[in-house]
Amino acid sequence: MNEGRSPAFYALSLFFALFVLFLYGPTIVIFILSFQGPTGGLTFPLNGVSVHWFEKLRAGGGIVDIAGAFKRSLALGLVVTILTVVLSLLAGLAFRKRFFGSDLLFYVTVASLIVPSIVTSLGIALEFRLIDDLIKQHGPAWLADGFQTSLGNFTSGLGAHLTWTLPFGLLVMFAIFNRFDGRYEEAARDLGATPWQTLRYVILPIILPSLVGVGLFGFTLSWDEIARSSQVMGEHNTLPMELQGLTTTVTTPEIYALGTATTGVSFGVIAMALFAIAILRARQARHGSDAARP
Amino acid sequence: MSSRNLDRFGVPGWLQALPFGLVFAAFFIVPLILVVIVSFWDYNDYQMMPAFITRSYTESFEGCLTRLPDLCTLFKTYLSTAKFCLIVWALTLVIGFTVAYFLAFHIRTQTTQMVLFLVCTIPFWTSNVIRMVSWIPLLGRNGLVNQMLIGGHVVERPVEWLLYSQFSVALAFVHLFSFFMVAPIFNSMMRIDRRLIEAAYDGGASGWQMLTNVIIPLSKPGIAIGSIFVVTIVMGDFITFGVMGGQQIASAGKAIEARLNALQFPPAAANAVILLGATMLIITVLNRIVDIRKEL
Repeated sequence: MNEGRSPAFYALSLFFALFVLFLYGPTIVIFILSFQGPTGGLTFPLNGVSVHWFEKLRAGGGIVDIAGAFKRSLALGLVVTILTVVLSLLAGLAFRKRFFGSDLLFYVTVASLIVPSIVTSLGIALEFRLIDDLIKQHGPAWLADGFQTSLGNFTSGLGAHLTWTLPFGLLVMFAIFNRFDGRYEEAARDLGATPWQTLRYVILPIILPSLVGVGLFGFTLSWDEIARSSQVMGEHNTLPMELQGLTTTVTTPEIYALGTATTGVSFGVIAMALFAIAILRARQARHGSDAARP
Repeated sequence: MSSRNLDRFGVPGWLQALPFGLVFAAFFIVPLILVVIVSFWDYNDYQMMPAFITRSYTESFEGCLTRLPDLCTLFKTYLSTAKFCLIVWALTLVIGFTVAYFLAFHIRTQTTQMVLFLVCTIPFWTSNVIRMVSWIPLLGRNGLVNQMLIGGHVVERPVEWLLYSQFSVALAFVHLFSFFMVAPIFNSMMRIDRRLIEAAYDGGASGWQMLTNVIIPLSKPGIAIGSIFVVTIVMGDFITFGVMGGQQIASAGKAIEARLNALQFPPAAANAVILLGATMLIITVLNRIVDIRKEL
């Protein structure tokens, strides 16, 4: 297969290059414009280069509690990541066996991806509002007195995010276990490993790099989520929700600075995850075989 | 033998899947049931009241039969949303298929394949709103595109329909969601047995015949899954329509959002049920073409 490239290859390469430019071009443009000079506007040309808009962003002037929203999104993202990895791993292990209701659970999971986010968000909001009403009307006095709402980042908000990240987590787990060589497990059993030992010393080390991938989906999907969050966050909005609000009110490059900062976090997390995967893979390659060791 | 092994071996499956299942029971199944129930409730300016009436539905469908052949607001909204679905679906399909085909059949080493696929995936992991905002400096009245058009004397005055228009909404959808086509189609193509390609080649198939008789039919599952994703996303979207349409373009999702902003939950729920029905209809049709479960 070393014959020369066909003309189709060059045409397709060009198409692919244009597609990548289309994907990244706009992001690069706002990255550049976020360093706009203090007198510059929302479009080119650059009136000098400065970090003025980043400083303004840090000072928090004019924009409502961005720092708070940033921290909330970060905390929520971390909790979602951990739960996504643990629950998807457990469910992934379960789906390798046959269990009662596995088909139903699979269809529910896929449905959660497909049902429009606003419908899910509305449903969760209704659920928690009805819980609120119940507590206010029938709850014990210590709970009902001064009770505001059960809607919040880590109650309804967390649940809403999980209905979005877990399906991706499970699909990645399917992909992992489709490629998993069951003979390693059988060998461990034959050598007398307990189920826990098999999981801990055989399965987990092999799939660890892919689990990092599941975590990556968990964090990035939560970090950027708006549609499901829209009705369920209670009093405190997450960062992307604040951002969406700002698109209609802010008319300075500050919003680009915020965009660059948010995208920076995403890129940082992606880079860290990919780096971790590469290191884990390299380690596996080094320690994967003991054939050469004495 | 395997069943004896399983008995001896480990925690039962249902128990392992339980936490995962409970999340969906509490935050997906129950909420959906509540949406259906509340859609039959009564409401006034400041609260919703348990009842069993069809007020929310009759209000939503108001004029849909009496005003025929003119279309009522609901039908107009769905027609407009369906139009966007069709445009975005066609564009993402062509782009997604071409990109996936390039990656799967024209890149020779697996490492390059994975790196290039990752290049397509990374934007999917960044903020959608930021990716929408990033079109402003390009498409705005004084944006790069207008600067170039005026500089090149193509137009005399800035083109107004580039931003906050149907054009920018469709563009943003394609920009944000082509990934949902690329990934499943690429996945399907990577599973095609390369010997089939060899056989077709040896049998004298031209490049075009190879594409239409071998690759496209075998990529159908990926195409169907991608189509389901893209179509349902556009159907239920309210953020892209809002931000890129300058809050001026109606969509099925925005109709729900408008009711929610007014805190009218029963009509919002009724609209949500209608949207669910429409979405399920589309999926049923697409599911006829392919059994999704088999393809994962």
